[in-house]
Amino acid sequence: MRESIIMKIHYGTALGAVVLVAVHILMRLSQKYSDSLQYQNVLANYHFLPYALMLEVVLILLSVHGFNGLRVILLELKQGATYERAINYGSIAAMAALVAYGSRTILMAGMGVS
Amino acid sequence: MATVSVPKSSEETTTQPSTITLRIKRSNPSESTEKTFSEFQVPVQKWTTVLEAILYVKQNLDHSVGVRYSCRQASCGSCGMKINGKPALACYTKLSELGTSIVTVEPMNNFPIIRDLAVNFEQLISNHKKIKPFIVREDSEITPGTKEFIQKPEDLEKFLQFSYCIKCGLCNSACPTMATDTSFLGPQALAQAFRYTADNRDQGKDERLKIVDDSHGIWRCHFAGSCSHVCPKGVDPAMAIQLLRGYLLGFRK
Ligand code: HEM
Repeated sequence: MRESIIMKIHYGTALGAVVLVAVHILMRLSQKYSDSLQYQNVLANYHFLPYALMLEVVLILLSVHGFNGLRVILLELKQGATYERAINYGSIAAMAALVAYGSRTILMAGMGVS
Repeated sequence: MATVSVPKSSEETTTQPSTITLRIKRSNPSESTEKTFSEFQVPVQKWTTVLEAILYVKQNLDHSVGVRYSCRQASCGSCGMKINGKPALACYTKLSELGTSIVTVEPMNNFPIIRDLAVNFEQLISNHKKIKPFIVREDSEITPGTKEFIQKPEDLEKFLQFSYCIKCGLCNSACPTMATDTSFLGPQALAQAFRYTADNRDQGKDERLKIVDDSHGIWRCHFAGSCSHVCPKGVDPAMAIQLLRGYLLGFRK
């Protein structure tokens, strides 16, 4: 993939995260902060499909942004064809693993499995 | 009628010490990894430049000091070095404006050292060449039957400041990305990529953008701006990089 496309994704995920994390924070303000951490309220978030979907999107945006950012840092730190290939594929694998693990949590909580 | 008088010698001595200590970093990587500083007492006048001080040392105290220079007027880009820690042209920096009685000169960062203050420009020049630093087009002004390629003053204005680059390497030496990313194109080459892409006579935009849109290309700039801060010719490579990004992000045609 061309680096400009990757960086458009990087900037896009950052902007998307700003908007969705703002919504996430605003939702905390709909009740007392301590109440939002109550067991039943936390579970209720996951049972409310639109909100659970938003959390899933935040998870994807920040995983893609964070691991691409880490890829950039590591590419600038050291160079070499094998190393750079490992970093590129490694960050995609780490991204996928984090999204899979986070999605599993969202799905399980949404389905009431704990 | 205005009268011009020679400043009294007492005035000079109160504002400027008559000698400074010049510390020159010495190394010869082809022989050993050792790096040392040699110190010299150099007489100075108000107008003495760092290059003149180094040449005084070479002439009178130690002719073995390695330094590259040529024009002595900030045109050739040969005498870039770190002066009191900051990249600058030795011929364009007066000792009196540094305001210190000890002046330390070192080779530029982010370049392989040849010896003492002289560094290797191979990568700078090869990166510069990589971005096709010339007008790319099929036809030419010298082909019979073709006419002049018109360039209006406002067309020239778009890239003029970037064409003042003298390839001294100071911007690359100040760049924090260049310090760790040995494959990075660098602010010098990227600014020149913009200079030619923005030229209305040029038709090489797509080729050039493909070259800079690489994993060690334009996106590895993180807006530190130190390149523009040290340029002795008033070029603003950091801005050129952002303008060049405009083409890749679709803000510019
Ligand atoms: C939502 C707010 C965020 C915004 C607006 C944002 C914006 C950006 C931008 C514009 C860059 C590119 C900087 C450059 O090229 O110099 C960047 C880089 C980066 N971001 Fe974010 N980011 C945000 C959140 C995050 C989060 C939560 C993480 C960690 C998971 C993260 C990790 C990184 C990393 C590791 C880099 C690479 C470092 C660098 O290029 O300087 N960012 N971010």
